[in-house]
Amino acid sequence: MYKWIHQFGSPKYFYDISLHLSKWVTIVCIVCFIGGLYGGLVLAPADYQQGDSFRIIYVHVPAAWMSLFIYVILATSGAISLIWHIKITDIIARVSAPIGASFTFLALSTGAIWGKPMWGTYWVWDARLTSELILLFLYLGYIALQSAFDDKRIAARAGAILALIGIINIPIIHYSVEWWSTLHQGPTITKLDKPSIHLTMLIPLILMVIAFKTFYIAIALIKTRSEILKYECNSSWVKKILGN
Amino acid sequence: MSLNNFFAMGGYAAYVWSAYGISFIVLFLNIFLAVRNERKTIDELKKRLGSNNK
Amino acid sequence: MTPRRKRIFIVSFILIGISIAATLILTAFEENLMYFYSPTEIANGEAPKVRAFRIGGLVLTDSVKRNPNNLKVNFVLTDTINEIKVIYDGILPDLFREGQGIVANGKMKSDNIFVADQVLAKHDENYMPPEVAKALEDAGAQLPYQENKIVK
Repeated sequence: MYKWIHQFGSPKYFYDISLHLSKWVTIVCIVCFIGGLYGGLVLAPADYQQGDSFRIIYVHVPAAWMSLFIYVILATSGAISLIWHIKITDIIARVSAPIGASFTFLALSTGAIWGKPMWGTYWVWDARLTSELILLFLYLGYIALQSAFDDKRIAARAGAILALIGIINIPIIHYSVEWWSTLHQGPTITKLDKPSIHLTMLIPLILMVIAFKTFYIAIALIKTRSEILKYECNSSWVKKILGN
Repeated sequence: MSLNNFFAMGGYAAYVWSAYGISFIVLFLNIFLAVRNERKTIDELKKRLGSNNK
Repeated sequence: MTPRRKRIFIVSFILIGISIAATLILTAFEENLMYFYSPTEIANGEAPKVRAFRIGGLVLTDSVKRNPNNLKVNFVLTDTINEIKVIYDGILPDLFREGQGIVANGKMKSDNIFVADQVLAKHDENYMPPEVAKALEDAGAQLPYQENKIVK
């Protein structure tokens, strides 16, 4: 395990693997995105209650899930880098934070647009919406911390601590709709009993979730490679790549 | 289903299309910034490498 | 500005930001952690008497009475145990209908009359095509929005 982590943490190894990985995740992302959009906007029937406005779900839910997922990545990378001092996880966390912030913004704004016709308001201060807004603040704080320190290692450590403290917000966001009475409805897919979305509506949603996840991986890989090149610009393998 | 019906979104056109519009802008910005940063990094490093070799 | 000054400035900026956020959370959660009260909670005297608060429940079937000349509407909100009459003057959300879960913001006028200044619809987590919903209804199944989901 330790050996594997260090091999994975080796910048050159990561760089080589990520080039192969990039190609595949990009293909999967594009295919799922087109399929999900077509399925969600054209094939899926209108909802019995919400009509066509429910189609916002196909961008809202994947964005919201990714906002949580990327924060877990930040905290996990933070823990790994605090324990093992691995450069690559610092980089992954640093480049992921703006992507996570953008997905959080997307979840909040599409949710507001969806809330207006259905709930009758853009925004309410219920537990779900408030905790998701706090997530956006956590991301912005993390990004600000990264630019506050010139020493990247101190910045990574400070960011790791913030990410680990903020991780408490993730279960709060997820369970807020069950723990407290909220205007936001309960979970549709992640609950354990019968799924409460019709199959024709569910399949495009799953495709969009995969598309958003692979989108994040693809963008994070591009950014991580750039950072690796900067870090390792004096090593021979980078010079060889740039020489071509 | 006609194309007009599709764009009308059952009367929710403004909401549905603005939500998708924002989504496309955010996704596009992510791609644009990542690719621009990659090009800039490679250009700068190549320049530095070139001046070191002279 | 020296780099050290800059760091101190930014870190204090973050600290101020976090404390503002924390205050915001605490005040918001203090009052709104429970976003709404049910008619039973109001009957038990758990809801604020003077201050505005939110009430959540189902719109009782056949209780909605609209004034044909203006936007005034009144209806009965129920959690199947207790009922409260709600008076409202304004635009209702698209999802407002009998049997629907709603959340209204306002004040108690008397023991069981609630004057709302905002009515929001609370939709459920179920999504299905209209034909499926109709088939379910024809088969005698209760549609999700007709179940009494808000009852504790």
